Amino acid sequence: MTRGQKIEERFFKVLMFLSTFFILAILAIIIYSIFEKGIRSISWEMLTEIPSGGYYYGKGGGILNAILGSLALASGATVIAFFVGLPVALYINVFLIRHKKIVGMVRFLLDLVWGIPSIVYGAFGFTLMIFLGLQTSLLAGTITVALFILPIMIRSIDEIVRTAPIGLQEASYSLGSNKSETAFRILTRQSVSGIITAILLSFGRAIGDAASVLFTAGYTDHLPNGLLEPVATLPLSIFFQLASPVPEVQNRAYASALVLTLIILLVSLFSRGLGKRYHKTKINF
Amino acid sequence: MYILNRQQRHFVNSSWMIISLLLVTLLPFFLFFGLYLKSTYLLHDYSVFDLIFSKTWKPASGQFGFYPFIVGSIWVTLLAMLFTAPVCLLTAIYVTQYTRKIVLRIMHPAIDILAGIPSVVYGLWGILVIVPFISKYLGPLFGIKTMGYSILAAAFVLSIMIIPFILNILIEIFRSIPMELKEAALSLGATQWQTIKQVILKKALPGIIAAFGFGLARAFGETMAVLMVVGNVVKLPGNIFDPGYTLPALIANNYGEMLSIPRYDSALMFAAFLLLAVSLFFNLIMHFFIVKYNKY
Repeated sequence: MTRGQKIEERFFKVLMFLSTFFILAILAIIIYSIFEKGIRSISWEMLTEIPSGGYYYGKGGGILNAILGSLALASGATVIAFFVGLPVALYINVFLIRHKKIVGMVRFLLDLVWGIPSIVYGAFGFTLMIFLGLQTSLLAGTITVALFILPIMIRSIDEIVRTAPIGLQEASYSLGSNKSETAFRILTRQSVSGIITAILLSFGRAIGDAASVLFTAGYTDHLPNGLLEPVATLPLSIFFQLASPVPEVQNRAYASALVLTLIILLVSLFSRGLGKRYHKTKINF
Repeated sequence: MYILNRQQRHFVNSSWMIISLLLVTLLPFFLFFGLYLKSTYLLHDYSVFDLIFSKTWKPASGQFGFYPFIVGSIWVTLLAMLFTAPVCLLTAIYVTQYTRKIVLRIMHPAIDILAGIPSVVYGLWGILVIVPFISKYLGPLFGIKTMGYSILAAAFVLSIMIIPFILNILIEIFRSIPMELKEAALSLGATQWQTIKQVILKKALPGIIAAFGFGLARAFGETMAVLMVVGNVVKLPGNIFDPGYTLPALIANNYGEMLSIPRYDSALMFAAFLLLAVSLFFNLIMHFFIVKYNKY
């Protein structure tokens, strides 16, 4: 090895170390600045009250409307996406397992849909809403977000279900069960931990997205009280409060961002913990 | 215990599965035609060429020129890719080829957290950190007076947002390269860096291109974070310290008034349609690179 080659390798090694370090440092800086700014302005009042009269000029109140609204919307969307997504993931792994080409095409289509930006879902949800004669509402927002997280849900469940060995299905058939029983009773049980991870992943995506609810969910200072009423969401409450010229309101945006980040960190922590816990029902081969 | 017998349950469950599958596979077509139909009102009166290349945006007087937004989007996206591509590539090589498994075990949760942070929070962080940094330090350094809300700020925030996305694919690709290939190169006397440069990178090239392509498509459609730091001024940016406007930001900013001006809603739906078309196009092309990568 010549001297030049040695220097080249050394140089790139340092560069590679620096980029890895840079990514970790950026993550630390982001988390630190969100926490540092947020903790200063967060209070019990913010978490437990809805905005009062002069809230957007710096008077009292909180963001309970947005917290509850976001939770309701994200849970609803996750439930819908789960009930549409689980059967699809099972179908392509049980009924279509011999048709590799069709399965490949479905997966490809899902990846395409996954790549579509959320603002496009927002715009589509808006046209759908007008078409169905709905107003901006919890229902319209939930449906839009459900469409948006559907590919994420299906592909994550699919990734886990496809790792189940074919022998498991064969054993189930040999005991006399039919395909749908094999799908819903055997494969689902085998993949419980992965399915929980998929649900939590989709939930995290649903609660953090603003562009898709901007058109469809609207915004309100009241607590969510019905499917056909507009609903406040956390990302939008951050966005609107940050746009205010009043410093107190901007500080509350930082606090709201802290709340949202904490919810998402908790969800991802849970998904790691729960994933490990439900290994009991899994048969190891 | 059950209301239905086994055959009936099988029938119900199977139909539930097939209906869901149909719904999902038709979703992209619904999206495509839904947005297309909505934008036909606009396309009826203007040609696509005029819309894309005309520079005036005055919806009130019926002038819809998307050129500034398209140019803004392209600037922001390409600049973000320029920042993020080398960092991701170097990191992916480092954690898969040089370090022990433990580093990868630290990186995975870090990537997950970066991917999980919502775009509004990235935007807020951009306003808190990046925008003041550009207006106070970076701008004066180049002798330019800037507010900080600029193409550069948007590109920087965006470049961080797409790191987890690109890095995940790159790590997968480097890990899937067969060990024998590396061993063969090493046994012929190549150093580790030579092996990486001349064997691994060559083998992984279609995969790397695909990873960057997917990242590009993702960056092009990112809305909230960009909207919050890009400045939202409708004009062609002269340099990267100028404020700009992007297509997704255009849609998100104007949803409130779009029903009050004729053809305005149709124009915004056309913008969404453009985004959808770009996203589908890029993902389609990159998919073929991935297929090519898997074939060798």
